[in-house]
Amino acid sequence: MAKPDSLQGSLDLLVLKILSRRPGLHGYAIMAAVGELSGDVLRAEEGSLYPALHRMEEAGWIRAEWIRKDTGRRARIYELTAAGRKQLAAEEARWHTATSAVNRILRTV
Amino acid sequence: MSLWSRIVNVFHGDRLNREIEEELESHLAEAVAQGRDPQEARRALGRAVQQQQQSHDVKVVGWVDALRADLIFGWRQLRRNKVTSVAAILSLALPIGACTSVFRLIDALLLRPLPVAHPEQLYVLSRQGTGFDNKPGEWDSWAYPDFQLMRAAAKDQAELIALSYADRADVTYKTTAETEKATLQYVSGSMFSTFAIQPALGRLFTDKDDREVGAAPYVVLSYDYWTRRFGRDSHVLRRSVNIGGAAYQVIGVSEKKFTGTEPGTVIDLFVPVMMHRFALRSDATWLRTLAIVPPDVAVEPLRAKLAAVDHAFESDRLRGETGLAPETLRNVLDNRLRMEPAPAGVSGTQKEYRHALVAIGVLVMMVLLIACANVANLMTAQAAARGREMALRVSLGAGRRRLVQMVLMESALLAFPAAAGGAVFAWWSAPFVVSMINPPDNPVRLILPADWKVLGFGLALTLVVVLLFGLLPALRASSVRPSVILKGGDDPHSRQRLMNAMIAVQVAFCFLVLFIAGLFVATFHRLSNQPTGFSTDRILLLETTARPAQSSVSWDQVAQQLRSVPGVERVSQAGWALLNGFGWNDAIAVNSGPLTVNLAYFLNVSPGWLETMKIPLLSGRDFLENDTYPEAAIVNQTFARTFLNDENPVGRSFEKTADDGKRERLVVVGVARDADYSSIRDPMLPVVFVPFHHRDQGAPVDEGTFIVRTSSPNPLALASTLRREVSRARSPFYVSTVRTQLELKQAQTIRERLLATLAFFFGAVALLLAGVGLYGVLNYSVQQREREIGIRLALGAQLSHVIRQVAVGISLAVIVGAFAGLVLGLASQRFVQSLLYQVNATDVGVVALPWLMILVVLSIAAIPAILRAIQVDPVTMLRAD
Repeated sequence: MAKPDSLQGSLDLLVLKILSRRPGLHGYAIMAAVGELSGDVLRAEEGSLYPALHRMEEAGWIRAEWIRKDTGRRARIYELTAAGRKQLAAEEARWHTATSAVNRILRTV
Repeated sequence: MSLWSRIVNVFHGDRLNREIEEELESHLAEAVAQGRDPQEARRALGRAVQQQQQSHDVKVVGWVDALRADLIFGWRQLRRNKVTSVAAILSLALPIGACTSVFRLIDALLLRPLPVAHPEQLYVLSRQGTGFDNKPGEWDSWAYPDFQLMRAAAKDQAELIALSYADRADVTYKTTAETEKATLQYVSGSMFSTFAIQPALGRLFTDKDDREVGAAPYVVLSYDYWTRRFGRDSHVLRRSVNIGGAAYQVIGVSEKKFTGTEPGTVIDLFVPVMMHRFALRSDATWLRTLAIVPPDVAVEPLRAKLAAVDHAFESDRLRGETGLAPETLRNVLDNRLRMEPAPAGVSGTQKEYRHALVAIGVLVMMVLLIACANVANLMTAQAAARGREMALRVSLGAGRRRLVQMVLMESALLAFPAAAGGAVFAWWSAPFVVSMINPPDNPVRLILPADWKVLGFGLALTLVVVLLFGLLPALRASSVRPSVILKGGDDPHSRQRLMNAMIAVQVAFCFLVLFIAGLFVATFHRLSNQPTGFSTDRILLLETTARPAQSSVSWDQVAQQLRSVPGVERVSQAGWALLNGFGWNDAIAVNSGPLTVNLAYFLNVSPGWLETMKIPLLSGRDFLENDTYPEAAIVNQTFARTFLNDENPVGRSFEKTADDGKRERLVVVGVARDADYSSIRDPMLPVVFVPFHHRDQGAPVDEGTFIVRTSSPNPLALASTLRREVSRARSPFYVSTVRTQLELKQAQTIRERLLATLAFFFGAVALLLAGVGLYGVLNYSVQQREREIGIRLALGAQLSHVIRQVAVGISLAVIVGAFAGLVLGLASQRFVQSLLYQVNATDVGVVALPWLMILVVLSIAAIPAILRAIQVDPVTMLRAD
């Protein structure tokens, strides 16, 4: 399994956060939510999103479920697990630490 | 997702791929539904395939997936070469099975701890030094009074228990009144509690049963006997059983797992030691002593203490001894008491077969190595044929590890079916080998559990085998250089060198196997063809008991009755049959001189016995009806030479000491030709035949053997008639065992027969494997060099020269291998020396025969390759590539 780099780290954080607010989203909806909530600044690429989802599923942070939508098509929706909630808290804390450290540097230099 | 579900996913690869695909499809549909351009959306998903692969990799364990792919690929490879694959599997299965089988036997007989509490605390007591017969040896037999003293002395430190040698005895159950055989063992009452053995039924013996002689007429059945003889009937507890003329009551059945302390024998009936007829005799040694020493007690001080007690006992006992030379007594008292760990129990079978089993184990291991070398060569040849495939894989980016894994997986695919076949072979062959150890009336019974230990051995062996034959070809295959191979030329010589080395190894081991097999076969041949000095032809032996004991006159009447049975030619009597293992020896004195250190061996026989056994009388006369013991004696040549200087023995006399200490005088009336007495292996013993009739005509005789020569070539045909006739003649007589003299002779070579049979079989297998191996390598090397041969022939080379070219490397390998085998053989000879009989490893025949056999087989194996080389057509060959 590949080690999550910093970008993937923030992608994980975003996905976890979104799923904690809105459980039961499928991949496309998560991607759309990232765009919408960031005011179209951030964009989750399909190529990164799905591997990230599968990796987090494997890590036990999120679980997936096949549902049948009104259109008749099957969709795979995701929601947070207890472990995922813990992971989200940890990632959030890490993010705050990191960003405030970066901000401090930006301010002082 | 757990590791488990990832591993599971490996085998659901297709479904998983479908799921991921469906999810992405669903993503696409969603995007289009939201108004995005389908083209653009699909492009955004662009790396779909790769993405899918990544997602797939997350969902499965990568190496398991690779393993699965290798498995499928390997399976296809094997199926492509069906014949060679099956041949390789079979040639591995046999030796793997044989190794496992030998391991089972060694484990069951020598290694497996007894199923008792703390087997690791068990020690067996023995004495080592010079025996009463003035020969060196080690004995683990003890007299009960001696045992009692030692037990008392060790009381605070260790528990001592007495166990008689397991013996086949005649028993009669009241309800049937028929005499039958059962394996009997006299044991200390404390044995069951010390070993923490529970009763399966009723109760077991206790310490109380050790206190008084004759006060505990009870027997405990073993679970096995209870099952076989009584069908686990719980009413057995009320039964009474007659053993040796006394009534015993069945009080219980022992726990299922406990079958006695003698591996190779399963006990039927346990009897308290205090019921043994020699329980009070200081001069009869009939029991083994086991010590249970707790871990906090030092063994050596305990041993010294027991040795002191035993020494005191023996000196006390031998003080009044007048029947033995002083030197003999001194030697016996100098014997050293030994305490050896015995966690697996102690038995005669162990002693007899320990070396034999190890020797066979080494032989089958060598056969396994030969088979491994064969398969390694096969894989190497295949790897060569697949050189381009490997090179292509490397060019496409396959790692070296990946290639090694792939080839090893193919090896494992060969080895595991072979191991399964081997397991079947071991399951069948181990009991088969045990069944070959079948002395008349007392076959070896070995408990052969197939448990995790055996399974573990089999698995470990299989893995070792995979590494042995798979690793080298795998490493070699993985080190291909694509640039060389894809250009169309590989250097076949390095491969050839490896294969030649394998051939050398094969020939060396094959020589060794054949050499040792030759030693065993020669031993068996010598022993069984060696003249015994008497005839076994048409001789039936009726081992008869009289209860109560009868006068020798009554015995004569029974013999007379048997003579009237149709089909009976002659009937004679003897104390026991030659070669049945019994012996009676005594020191003698010639010309009223001192007692001899070397003992003479005695046997009481009726008039005409020499004639029945076809032992010629060299001078003097046979016994007459009125000759009695102790007066007349017939001696053999060895006796005359040893004690009477070989000068006119007839008419001379010698003395021996009777039980009461008085000297008895015997006069030689005849000299018989030498004949084996109790063993066909021992050097000829000095033997004295004395009359069956005692001077005191009324002296009762309780056991004897009728020796019957029948007119039909199969003496056993008369067995049941004669058995009936003996009891009909006079009711106190009954036949305990019927055997033939031939059986007794053959019983002496059972181990040699077993070794010779197995060694011969594996020798043949080794030879076959080596032949097949050489055939394969030669064939391959010709195939590899067809182009070269074609060019040479086209340039006008002589055919013989070309053949020599091919053959020289392999011939060198064969010669080096055979020489190494010879060196190994000579070095290993001393390890098997104890199993040989009058066979010398430096005999020309023993060395030359394996050479010759290997040479013949290898020549035959080489013919197809040579034919192939001859048929190479330069024109076709050069056009080919």
